[in-house]
Amino acid sequence: MSSEQVTGTRPPRVPLYNDPRVRSVIYQLALAAIIAFLVYSATNNAIEHLRRANIASGFGFWNQTAGFDISQSLIPYSSTLSTYGTAFWVGLLNTLLVAVLGIVLATILGFVVGISRLSKNWLVARVAGGYVETIRNIPLLLQLLFWYNGVLKALPDLRDSYVVAGGIYINNRGFYVPEPVARPGFGWVELAFVVGIVAAIAYSVWARRRQMRTGQQAPVLWVSLALVIVLPVAVLVLAGMPIHFESPQAGRFNISGGLEVVPEFAALLFGLTIYTAAFIAEVVRAGILAVSHGQVEAAYSLGVKPGPTLRLIVVPQAMRVIIPPLTSQYLNLIKNSSLAVAIGYPDLVQIFTGTVLNQTGQAMEVVAITMAVYLTISLVTSGLMNIYNRRMALVER
Amino acid sequence: MKRLTALVAFALLLVAQGASAQTLKAVKDRGMLNCGSNGTLAGFGLPDAQGNWTGLDVDFCRAVAAAVLGDAKKVKFVPLTAKDRFTALQSGEVDVLARNTTWSSSRDTSLGLNFVGVNYYDGQGFMVRKALKVNSALELNGASVCVQQGTTTELNLADYFRAHNMQLKTVTFATANEALKAYDAGRCDSYTTDASGLAAERLRVANPDDHIVLPEIISKEPLAPAVRHGDDQWFDVVKWTLFAMLNGEELGLTQKNIDQQMGSTNPEIKRFVGTEGNYGEQLGLSKDWAVQIIKQVGNYGEVFERNVGQGSPLKIARGLNRLWTQGGIQYAPPIR
Repeated sequence: MSSEQVTGTRPPRVPLYNDPRVRSVIYQLALAAIIAFLVYSATNNAIEHLRRANIASGFGFWNQTAGFDISQSLIPYSSTLSTYGTAFWVGLLNTLLVAVLGIVLATILGFVVGISRLSKNWLVARVAGGYVETIRNIPLLLQLLFWYNGVLKALPDLRDSYVVAGGIYINNRGFYVPEPVARPGFGWVELAFVVGIVAAIAYSVWARRRQMRTGQQAPVLWVSLALVIVLPVAVLVLAGMPIHFESPQAGRFNISGGLEVVPEFAALLFGLTIYTAAFIAEVVRAGILAVSHGQVEAAYSLGVKPGPTLRLIVVPQAMRVIIPPLTSQYLNLIKNSSLAVAIGYPDLVQIFTGTVLNQTGQAMEVVAITMAVYLTISLVTSGLMNIYNRRMALVER
Repeated sequence: MKRLTALVAFALLLVAQGASAQTLKAVKDRGMLNCGSNGTLAGFGLPDAQGNWTGLDVDFCRAVAAAVLGDAKKVKFVPLTAKDRFTALQSGEVDVLARNTTWSSSRDTSLGLNFVGVNYYDGQGFMVRKALKVNSALELNGASVCVQQGTTTELNLADYFRAHNMQLKTVTFATANEALKAYDAGRCDSYTTDASGLAAERLRVANPDDHIVLPEIISKEPLAPAVRHGDDQWFDVVKWTLFAMLNGEELGLTQKNIDQQMGSTNPEIKRFVGTEGNYGEQLGLSKDWAVQIIKQVGNYGEVFERNVGQGSPLKIARGLNRLWTQGGIQYAPPIR
């Protein structure tokens, strides 16, 4: 009581249970306890019911032999030796393959179309506009079915394959291209490639520093391309071409040898790229339009040419507007890749929540794992994009 | 505080909720049987142009409805894909799964199912184009095969090719329709499923005459209806529905003559039609449960011929599915 009189302004001491801070902690704890109890009891309940219904549970199936075949696999997989766990990784890699390639291609196409739509050329702008309005207003599933059934199935039969010069076969079983096979000595070429990349990075750092110091520009793009491409090719020739191409061979039923691109993959990649690019184009257009026209006029009045104006003034500022919605489009593409199931591409959903779920009957485990995987992929993607966004964000001084 | 109470009550509800084992009572209360069926396989489960479901499995569900509810029409058919069918039964969405499903040990023991008995003895075969000039499945080395996902077919296929040291390229689809369409478009050299399914699917490709079914049968596919594990009463009802259809044929009881046979003095028929004993009550059904099955749906032979046999476009021979008295292996325990 005496301390109260000393400080004077302090409110009268409240009982502990009326202290807002204490109360909030208690409520938080209570809520956490209830949620924990709910989760615990629901899990328990599920386990008990599964046991009573004689449905297998747990993750023991992971190491059991899968026993089914998969049409496309990036890692060694065999139906009689591989486990459900391996099948999971095959599916995950197939999903990542189509997602990563789709993101790269959709970004390139999206930027081209988005910028084209703002072009002063009437025809270019209208074609880009028509593309965007058509593609983004048709459901993706229909587009996938169109690419798979309408376009790829219309290709000729195996025995009437289109044979393009250089041993490329195109038919309704897929695309077959010669597969490069390294011979001894190819390591030098790989080494040259790595050296080229390192040198290109060093050169661009040097060029940027010099530009900061003296204002002189250097042809970074051309020098980098020369280092990354010309250098390894030169080494390849000097080393006496330590590589040969294994051509596809037409067998009785299928074409063997060479690199095979199955039509399911081609249709899915095509569909996802074209669909997502339409949205990215609009994001890019919005970003460019968001940059005040005064910026362009200012650049022109300083004598900067249109090309560098776009590259150095407009796009860097537009990126700040573009990146957040672009991230959403990337996430959409990743999740949309699960539509693979409609056209028979063996992605994670098709293999894992399809065949594996059906054979093991363990719906809860399989679906939970799959959801966790998509969540992880999406969070990682969005995390990377956030880092990029922070680097591109306006630096306030 | 009110909200807190509600939360706790909800939690307790989750814990307290027990397993629901009373399928028979639930079906009677609902007045409708939910039947998981194939929606796309002629002869087994397929709605016709008027929306009437037809097929061997469909008629089996009708027989269950006739026995339990006294009306074969009180069935709601839920079309299921091969990969979703078990989840639908486990979760209680359907009461009976009659969807050309192969009875295997892992399905019986780890999926929470009980198979009631075999309503069609089948085996897996291959269909190819005649133009390929293939006469045996053993000549399919290196071939690509279109197959439906979530089936024993998918597994047998990999086994068979491995066992015969042949290279295989499978292309897997979520539904039989998609797999068949891809085969028809030339994506695969061969299409594989149960022999009965091949007979039906061959009629659906663009030019049925360009395709042949290879002679090899590479697996045993006993197709059996299933119910959830843990409800013995319902298991008995569905199991004895199948047995009643088989016993009906063995006793010569048909849709036409069942009414006259009600007054029969044959003790086996008297037990069947319920004029002697209380076999219906023992199952939790009415006295005339078996009569309703025969009257409204027919005996096993009638159902077979109507859906897949000589009375149907499939014209599949009875073969193994003849009664044991006629050289087949269909055999039902007696009603007594």
